[in-house]
Amino acid sequence: MPDLKINFAGIKAPNPFWLASAPPTNSGYQIMKAFDLGWGGAVWKTLGVPVINVSSRYGSVNYRDSRMIGFNNIELITDRPLKDNLREIEEVKKYFPDHAVIASLMVESKSEWHQIVKDVENAGVDGIELNFGCPHGMCERGMGSAVGQEPEVLKMIVSWVKEVAKTPVIVKLTPNITDITEPGIAARQGGGDAVSLINTIQSIVGIDIDNFVPYPVVDGKSTNGGYCGPAVKPIALNMVKNCSLESGIGIPISGIGGIENWRDAVEFILLGASSVQVCTAVMHYGFGIIREIIPGFESYMKEKNFNTVNDMVGKAIPNVKNWENLNLNYKIIAEINKDKCIGCQLCYIACEDGAHQAIGLSKNGSRVPYIIDENCVGCNLCSLVCPVENCISMIRTDNGKFTETWKERTDSGNIPVTFDDPLAGGLNHFVPDPLTALKKP
Amino acid sequence: MPEYKKPNSKEEFEKNFSQIKPLMKETQAYYESSRCLFCYDAPCVSACPTGIDIPLFIRQINTGNVTGAAKTIYDSNYLGNACGKVCPTEVLCEGACVYNLQEVKPIEIGRLQNFATSNSIRNNIRYFEPGLPINKKVAVIGAGPAGISCACELRRSGIEVDIFEAKDKPSGLALYGVAPYKITNEEALEEVNYLQEQLGFNIIYNTYISSKEDFRKLEENYDAVFLGIGLGKTNPVNIKGENLKNCYGAVEFISELRMNHHLTETGDTVIVLGGGNTAMDAASESAKLGAGKVILAYRRGRNEMGAYDFEFELAKNAGVEGLFNVSPVEITGIDKVTGVKFIRTQTNNGKLEMLKGTEFIIGCDMVIKATGQLKQSEVMTNIPGLETDDKGRIKVNEKTYQTANPKYFSAGDVISGGQEVVNAVAEAKAAAAGIVWFLS
Ligand SMILES: Cc1cc2nc3c(=O)[nH]c(=O)nc-3n(C[C@H](O)[C@H](O)[C@H](O)COP(=O)(O)OP(=O)(O)OC[C@H]3O[C@@H](n4cnc5c(N)ncnc54)[C@H](O)[C@@H]3O)c2cc1C
Ligand SMILES: Cc1cc2nc3c(=O)[nH]c(=O)nc-3n(C[C@H](O)[C@H](O)[C@H](O)COP(=O)(O)O)c2cc1C
Ligand code: SF4
Ligand code: SF4
Ligand code: SF4
Repeated sequence: MPDLKINFAGIKAPNPFWLASAPPTNSGYQIMKAFDLGWGGAVWKTLGVPVINVSSRYGSVNYRDSRMIGFNNIELITDRPLKDNLREIEEVKKYFPDHAVIASLMVESKSEWHQIVKDVENAGVDGIELNFGCPHGMCERGMGSAVGQEPEVLKMIVSWVKEVAKTPVIVKLTPNITDITEPGIAARQGGGDAVSLINTIQSIVGIDIDNFVPYPVVDGKSTNGGYCGPAVKPIALNMVKNCSLESGIGIPISGIGGIENWRDAVEFILLGASSVQVCTAVMHYGFGIIREIIPGFESYMKEKNFNTVNDMVGKAIPNVKNWENLNLNYKIIAEINKDKCIGCQLCYIACEDGAHQAIGLSKNGSRVPYIIDENCVGCNLCSLVCPVENCISMIRTDNGKFTETWKERTDSGNIPVTFDDPLAGGLNHFVPDPLTALKKP
Repeated sequence: MPEYKKPNSKEEFEKNFSQIKPLMKETQAYYESSRCLFCYDAPCVSACPTGIDIPLFIRQINTGNVTGAAKTIYDSNYLGNACGKVCPTEVLCEGACVYNLQEVKPIEIGRLQNFATSNSIRNNIRYFEPGLPINKKVAVIGAGPAGISCACELRRSGIEVDIFEAKDKPSGLALYGVAPYKITNEEALEEVNYLQEQLGFNIIYNTYISSKEDFRKLEENYDAVFLGIGLGKTNPVNIKGENLKNCYGAVEFISELRMNHHLTETGDTVIVLGGGNTAMDAASESAKLGAGKVILAYRRGRNEMGAYDFEFELAKNAGVEGLFNVSPVEITGIDKVTGVKFIRTQTNNGKLEMLKGTEFIIGCDMVIKATGQLKQSEVMTNIPGLETDDKGRIKVNEKTYQTANPKYFSAGDVISGGQEVVNAVAEAKAAAAGIVWFLS
């Protein structure tokens, strides 16, 4: 049986699946319930000077029949008094001594930081997460992402915390920045023990077009919020990858952003995260999604012969290259499985209007399109739009013997350099003559 | 075991005859429309006789533009609402949906169509207005699907239209023929009213046009005449006992059912003669009226029936029993039906043979003959120069729908010998274009 236990920067947990600091971790009741169901850790809803929230607070991006593929909120940190939270932290730790309970914190002055770190550690937390990420409300008051966007300030605050903290300190990074590694490096330099990313992305999810107000609407007005949920996963994965590749960071990463099932968790871990945190998926479906995450994750580990989570961490990193180091001689073309094809012709119109005019329609009445091999550039588009599982495959056509990258070709002076260079990649690619094809006079 | 209790009230009738394609709820429409792939050159469109841009209207429903969706539908098909409910979608659009090829449930196109158009009818959202008057008048005979579709198209070209209808209500067989669990009377009538309010064609009810004199007058007063008269009464089977009490023609029985609902008589044992869609309807309807036992008797084998498979399934689910390879030789009884005498048959190289000495009687107290409809030959013979084919159907030009008498155009069941509502609508719209061409 694979071992799911982790030791994340000194924080021990029965598994790497944690709840992110957010409404699901608002109270001891919720966290105990989650632990009962199998979650391995929880980052408490950010503590500080309690706020007053507005209603409504959330907006959503729906794609056709899929609800909440993207989610945004204009909530702030906890609105509950600190002493209630401290009491509940103590209770949770009493019942769950082996689970990870981490306090997320956000305050202003050095003395406040010192005080609150001591308070939560006295209550028994296993670690501390510094919320430098909240992209709305708090940053306008000089906290949250206002700090996360200033590496120097971030570094200073981390060092204040480190002056008193006895438990590991995780620095939560905001994605609302050009280069995520800059605050990541600052976190390390300030003495942080780990980073977690991403927090939410500044966003407007949509507009009430009848009343001219963005969502979520608060008495006819609105403001930008923080975006999360499945739609942000690609952005989060890329930022996790950037932090993994940055040697100036070199501390454990807790991956966050759009995680909903075991596959998502595996992906973050393969790019270098050693724990993951979930918010939106729980807000959507409840704590019960852990029932799907754990067995799925375990059977993947078994199938791949991973004994511990650590065995998997960063496994995909060696295969992430800069574009210039990709093999230009690798060639694939599309192939349609006639028996599976349902004749929707989406591949045809996608390639015809949106790619390389490399798919033809049969003239004998069959609705199954065919690939014009000479025109296919192997872009994948058709296989992505095809609604049938495994109907279009991309088949390798080069013999795999000769690899050549852009960098190598640059080094040997074998790249196009003038506007009409005969080395242009698309030099002899077929494109229809517009006048003939469109029957224009 | 009868599946249905005899309905004794309007409510009980509505329960037994509940709609097989009920109006979708908003959420249903949203989820179902989400599934449509927006196929290129979509096969569902080619399978629709009126060529509705199905992927477009489904996408419009999905993006919350339900009135735009209804416009897309009505642009191609004036009876978009009725068609959504009564079309045999299983063999038309839904049968052609690409999902079938991976055994995924096809998109419920008919119900989505009905969802969009019902919303527009309910809220009286109008899409059409009459064209500028061009000082031409056309007489349309018959306010069935063909007549209504033709009238709408003519009005949009600014032509004045008077529809002469023998009955006191419009819609033809969509009201008097189609099974009540496919469309309610109200639905059939509301759509015609909705169109009439927008386009302002006149309907002159209770006016049966048939004599030479009738047609002469029409020719005098109108620039062209459209014949959308459909078919006539049930074909006789020409066997003994056919005129006994409780032996009905299917068309007449169904027409009574549509008008009288639960007050329609049925029997303890009903035998329905025939193997077409009308036979399936009449059998299902008898069962839903609470008949103790319904037997569907057909001359040939199960697989040789003309009816669509899904129609036979519907009848079986209503409790109807099939009896195959039997031909009726006599309807027994003194003044009232007491049974049907059958002879067993077999098919030899496609030819039907009666097996001598195999006669037997099944007792029953009601017989419904679903043996096709007569042509309206008495009307047609009074139109000078009209030509019909060997099956008694009016001959028309394929494109213009002009008959052999250039002043007359025709479409619908009267030229096809009996198809679906949607075919009548499609042909009649094209015929109207033919008339516009003829008058210009
Ligand atoms: C039992 C039955 C069930 C059916 N079920 C379906 C179904 O489920 N789905 C489907 O799509 N189709 C169905 N059909 C077929 C469909 O109803 C017809 O194809 C369609 O109604 C034909 O339209 P039409 O306008 O050509 O003729 P009709 O609908 O027959 O309309 C003709 C109209 O002309 C009037 N008329 C006739 N002669 C004269 C005259 N001389 N003067 C004045 N008025 C006259 C009639 O009263 C009638 O109103 C069914 C048919 C039957 C018989
Ligand atoms: C309503 C809401 C409130 C949040 N509040 C906090 C917070 O107090 N502190 C914090 O660090 N992150 C907060 N977050 C960010 C989440 O912890 C998490 O980083 C983000 O939602 C991405 O993960 P997800 O895609 O699984 O939701 C909040 C998110 C939401 C949706
Ligand atoms: S891979 Fe790209 S170029 Fe080739 S057929 Fe598919 S869409 Fe066209
Ligand atoms: S997209 Fe797939 S199913 Fe559709 S026509 Fe192309 S190959 Fe066939
Ligand atoms: S064939 Fe089916 S999936 Fe394709 S456009 Fe038509 S309804 Fe939609």
